[in-house]
Amino acid sequence: MAVAAKYVGTSVPRKEDPELLTGQAKYTDDFVVPGMLHMIVVRSPFAHARIGSVDVSKALAMDGVVAAFSGEDLAGDWAGPLLMAWAVTDDIHNPPHWPLTKDKARYQGDGVAVVVAESRAAATDGAEAVDVEYQALDAVVDMDAALADGAPLVHEDFGTNASYTWTLTNGEVDKVFAEAPVVVKERYVIQRAIPNAIEPRAILVQPNTAMGDFTMWSATQIPHIVKVAMTLGLGISESKLRVIAPRVGGGFGAKLQVYAEEMLALALAKRLGRPIKWVEERSENYLASHHGRDQIQEVELAADADGRIHGYRMKILANMGGYLMIITPGTPLLGAFLYCGCYGGEAYHFECTGVFTNTTPTDAYRGAGRPEATYAIERAIDALGRRVGKDAIAIRRLNFIPAFNEPTPMPGGLMLDSGDYDATLDQALELIGYDDLRAEQQARRERGDPKQLGIGFSTYLEMCGLAPSRVLSALKYAAGGWDAATIRLSPTGKVTVVVGTSPHGQGHATTFSQIAADDLGISVDDIEVVHGDTMLAPLGMDTYGSRSLAIGGVAVHRAAEKLVAKAKKIAAHELEVAEEDLDYEGGTFSVKGAPDKARTVAALAFSAWTAHNLPDGMEPGFEETAVYDPANFVFPYGAHICAVEVDTETGEVKVAKYVAVDDVGLVINPQIVEGQVVGGVIQGIAEALLEEAVYDENGQLLSSSMTNYEIPAASDVPSITIGRGPGLPSNSNELGVKGVGETGTIASPPAVLNAVIDALSVYGITDIGRPVTPERVWRAIRDAKGGAQ
Amino acid sequence: MRISLTVNGTAHQDDVEPRQLLVYYLRETLGLTGTNVGCDTSTCGACTVLVDGRSVKSCTMLAVQADGRDVATIEGMAKNGELHALQQAFHEHHGLQCGYCTPGMIMAADSLIREHPEGLDEQGVRMGLEGNLCRCTGYQNIVTAVLAAAEAMNGRAPAAAPAGGEA
Repeated sequence: MAVAAKYVGTSVPRKEDPELLTGQAKYTDDFVVPGMLHMIVVRSPFAHARIGSVDVSKALAMDGVVAAFSGEDLAGDWAGPLLMAWAVTDDIHNPPHWPLTKDKARYQGDGVAVVVAESRAAATDGAEAVDVEYQALDAVVDMDAALADGAPLVHEDFGTNASYTWTLTNGEVDKVFAEAPVVVKERYVIQRAIPNAIEPRAILVQPNTAMGDFTMWSATQIPHIVKVAMTLGLGISESKLRVIAPRVGGGFGAKLQVYAEEMLALALAKRLGRPIKWVEERSENYLASHHGRDQIQEVELAADADGRIHGYRMKILANMGGYLMIITPGTPLLGAFLYCGCYGGEAYHFECTGVFTNTTPTDAYRGAGRPEATYAIERAIDALGRRVGKDAIAIRRLNFIPAFNEPTPMPGGLMLDSGDYDATLDQALELIGYDDLRAEQQARRERGDPKQLGIGFSTYLEMCGLAPSRVLSALKYAAGGWDAATIRLSPTGKVTVVVGTSPHGQGHATTFSQIAADDLGISVDDIEVVHGDTMLAPLGMDTYGSRSLAIGGVAVHRAAEKLVAKAKKIAAHELEVAEEDLDYEGGTFSVKGAPDKARTVAALAFSAWTAHNLPDGMEPGFEETAVYDPANFVFPYGAHICAVEVDTETGEVKVAKYVAVDDVGLVINPQIVEGQVVGGVIQGIAEALLEEAVYDENGQLLSSSMTNYEIPAASDVPSITIGRGPGLPSNSNELGVKGVGETGTIASPPAVLNAVIDALSVYGITDIGRPVTPERVWRAIRDAKGGAQ
Repeated sequence: MRISLTVNGTAHQDDVEPRQLLVYYLRETLGLTGTNVGCDTSTCGACTVLVDGRSVKSCTMLAVQADGRDVATIEGMAKNGELHALQQAFHEHHGLQCGYCTPGMIMAADSLIREHPEGLDEQGVRMGLEGNLCRCTGYQNIVTAVLAAAEAMNGRAPAAAPAGGEA
């Protein structure tokens, strides 16, 4: 930081909390406007079915029902399909995706009709009365089956269920593998997950028919992108649409989306001239909000006899589901460069094929591509260690890229910013009491304890801070990766910080206040942060990919610096000295050698407002905007160690100890950062042990509610211990910050799996599926002992 | 049907549909939108309120069943502009992120603490709050906050935080 840090690095209590703690915060469903109609979407109960007639006449005859439409009825309302922003290859199969399907249902939950009524109950009753003729078709759920000859086709026009194949090759991969004395080959299945923000999605659209204006409230992570997508989808001028993300109750990627219901609510508000509200039921959330993960990975490492890695070869199948949504095809590619983790080597090949199936579309889920990459490499390096006779620590230390503090290349082709992988591992080993744990493990093994101990590692590397716009262009993403901040000082020295990021629990108001407060020498209590409103904050790219601090936070800092530069000119003018004769500290300019001659930023804001005595040619007012486009990503990293207790009689796995050491660069607010780490780690532990979206062979979602998809409760999970590592600043931005929102879900699943496998190694077990349910453990032990007993 | 009940100390009389759930009576009839709805299976606990002092998921109860009862919601917790001990503890210990589960979590915790005047430990809090789901915090700071509030509400010095924490 340019000035002394008073707030940065301290746990300023969250400015967001008071309204959230007292029930005064307004989430989308809390807004009520006069004349509001309620919308219900009629969804296909079949995963794959041809749509015959859609008869809404019975619904229209019901009390309270105002309108009802089929996909065919609304076909003329759309200027374009739902936004798919990431055509990853030139020859990608990208099917049109309409808000209501007209020809076929392609997953259970695909929308086929919509009903609006005076009350939600009437709309629900009306939706029940819509008569849809379905001709059920064979469904395809499994990716291998989808790619087999003769498989049912999700989109017949393409003649295949493959959407695309994307490849990345660095170095002489085939040669390295041909010459390597050791090649490890593994196959991993990353199960499908359902994000489950506790606030369901919700939308309210208020039209002003006289002016042709619309205001949309949406429980979204991306109001700015939604606005562009609505313009493209409905042909409404961007200047006639305001999108507001009010308080948003968690996202985890599932609200990084442009959804059919947003298009429908806006289209119906336009058609009917009345406000339209839609609130998702949880059962709908399971069917019609996007899912995450779902990959089959073939992982190969080429190494020398000692276990030093020279080559990586990865072949991924990624389940797209029934359609491509905003970044469905690109999501696995967010991990494409990271299948080497924090390890060295000369050759790297990554290949990903996106596969259509009759399932809910997948898209970003906390970590988006990077948890999958981390899982592959952190499992595979353990397999390599077993092969060459090195333990999990030794094989990692042998392959770590040595500590560095300047841009450094890695096998995946990225330039890393800063890292010291041994340092985070050292700290994690110390925090977990590693030697004692190993001794305890040995003792339990020797006495044949039914509860065996296992220790697992994940020394992960991730990339976040999405993203340099030029890199996004090279990857064929449709938009940029910059973000913006405007800072305005009122005549009385109060500050408004307007940002283009759009939080849903991350604490941007507090964190950004701390940055601006230190830069301007103003109390955090005098700063208001405005976000999530395309009218108040017209410039923005929203919140996902752990980008908000590394991009939006830097924009805040740059806007503050612009204000300080303007203030300095006014101060020099008022004090009748040259600018270089001024010192600046803690919000005060003072004349060198005459510290009594001074002006505060707040006082200079008043001068800029009166404009009575400004330097010649200076514009009045005290407001500056910065738009920041990063030159590089940022690269958090760290070491997670998990100790599990496995009950070999019941198969139950309990996390006994968990240590997370994460170096996320400069920390603005330690309490907020720790909150992100713990929340992410627990979400990742749940992915490793509990959560799995399960379909039957007909494409029916069996894990279809919170009662049979196991989100962890407090009683299901442990407390964890956190360390911060060496805290090397990033050199990708001048604040030195990285990102922390996704480290937990990226790092933790392989730590848990490796720990379970370590515990079960007494049976010779080297692999187990995830989530590691008691049944899977019990079966693995039974099979290892020689089958059914 | 006509019901009479007290909500946050204020008497209300309203005609309600027999099928209306208590949570929608609170949200839509009384405008008390602090109580949230997160699921349709009575799993998540976001809608937890107190009925005659005991925590109840207000999506599991009909408004008519609240006739003659005393209901408390998050809006009634702070008194005279002062946060309740639980609200204060959640703030100090960062026991909330998006805040959506927070009203239900606080109401459930209030009931739990008052059911255990002898005090609570980490496991007791974790078991006692298993009906309230949070997707953001990983629960650790919630547990810390509830333990701190329990001590404050029972007039004792705060006990040790859960195992773990920052090194």
